[in-house]
Amino acid sequence: MRRPSSLSALRAILAKDLRVELRTLQSVPAMALFAVTTFVLFRYGLDREALSGSLAAGVLLATVLFAAILAINRLFVAEREEGGFDARLAPVDGTALLGAKAASLVIYLLVLEVIAVPIFGLFFLDSWSGIPPLAGVLVLADLGLAATGVLISSIAANSRARDLLVPLILLPLLVPVMIAAAGASQDLLAAGGPSYGGVAKWLAVLAFYDMTFAAVGFAVYDYLLED
Amino acid sequence: MKLPSLRVNAIAATLVLLAGFALVFFYAPLDADQGFIQKIFYLHVPLAICSLVGFVVGGLLAVAHLRTGDSRWDARSYVAIHLSIIFGVGVLITGSIWAKASWGKWWVWDEPTLVSFLIVFLLYATYYPLRYAIEDRDRQARYASVFAITAGAFVPLNFVAVRMAQSLVHPRVFATANGGLPGSMLLTFLVCLAGMGLLWLALVRFELAAKSASASLSRLRRALEGEPEIPTQGSRIAPAAPPSAPQVTT
Repeated sequence: MRRPSSLSALRAILAKDLRVELRTLQSVPAMALFAVTTFVLFRYGLDREALSGSLAAGVLLATVLFAAILAINRLFVAEREEGGFDARLAPVDGTALLGAKAASLVIYLLVLEVIAVPIFGLFFLDSWSGIPPLAGVLVLADLGLAATGVLISSIAANSRARDLLVPLILLPLLVPVMIAAAGASQDLLAAGGPSYGGVAKWLAVLAFYDMTFAAVGFAVYDYLLED
Repeated sequence: MKLPSLRVNAIAATLVLLAGFALVFFYAPLDADQGFIQKIFYLHVPLAICSLVGFVVGGLLAVAHLRTGDSRWDARSYVAIHLSIIFGVGVLITGSIWAKASWGKWWVWDEPTLVSFLIVFLLYATYYPLRYAIEDRDRQARYASVFAITAGAFVPLNFVAVRMAQSLVHPRVFATANGGLPGSMLLTFLVCLAGMGLLWLALVRFELAAKSASASLSRLRRALEGEPEIPTQGSRIAPAAPPSAPQVTT
């Protein structure tokens, strides 16, 4: 039998995951609902009706980060329950699985942000001028979330305390993402309109984070699958 | 590379540390700004350096484990991280005491090194729940190694990010070792650092020896009681049996 190329395997797994998500709607609607509820909680927790600057950045990014944990927890549910993890039925290499899962996580997060960011703007922002440049920050943050998220999710999926381990291990790992994404967004969401002075530095940190953990994942992922 | 015996290592660690502390109290000058409390520097900073280097070493040992598949490397990686976490508790406590003495608060957020250290510590604290949540011994070792490598890469990255987040860097009361530290202070610091490094190494080797001894003991006991050889399952971390383990016949 011809071994499928990594790219076609990646595409197949990604298509499978997206089809499952479209039919069952398990992750993205839950994340969106969670995000909106969290905004309401922050509205009362902080007792603010409008947010700007670092407070706005913190509320938005903390919400996205925690919503991402929901999806990351569920990323390998099908593989675990149906046994697709232990004996991957098709002889594809681990990188294809890693890439496909990371891609589907990025897509979930982008859909979440398309829903949650306008609602956030509606709830809290006086001016929307910072939202378009915010997209770049969020995309880089999503890539970082995906790189570490897939790695930790596959570790946790094969352990006893799986739902506990993902947030426990992932949150400290995501501190640099939070620092950099919040650092960039607070300038973009500043009260007097967006300023771009300090943004490039933080985008560079995010890109560096993404590349580091993508490389780590690429290097070690096969060891998580071999049995 | 052949290391000197554990006994030599332990004696050297004791002597160098004692010499270091003697230098701290009888030789190094009092800091002009901070006075006596600055002497905690000679404990805090070597602990922190040993702990961080230990984390990275744990990651490198994990690379060796994944490359060779030899579970002894996994045991070494585990023990290195384990002792670095214990040293890390010491770092956070001494750092907190120092913060209280020099800035009047038990915790300060504008000291980037201390904050970075806390984040790294929180990450490594999840190493135990991760390890013990995986039943299969072989898989546990592999997953722990993947964690150790990921976290090892995280350590430097996190330090950069936290330092950049400082809007204004707290004025350094004295420069770090490669800066304008007076010679007598630098010498004292280096002796303390060497002593702490020797202590870390001695403790790592002691724990490895203890683990390997208790593994052989339970193997011998099982053989003595005539039970069939069961491979150790679950969460016990012990290096694999040496190929020529003594066989006891009853």
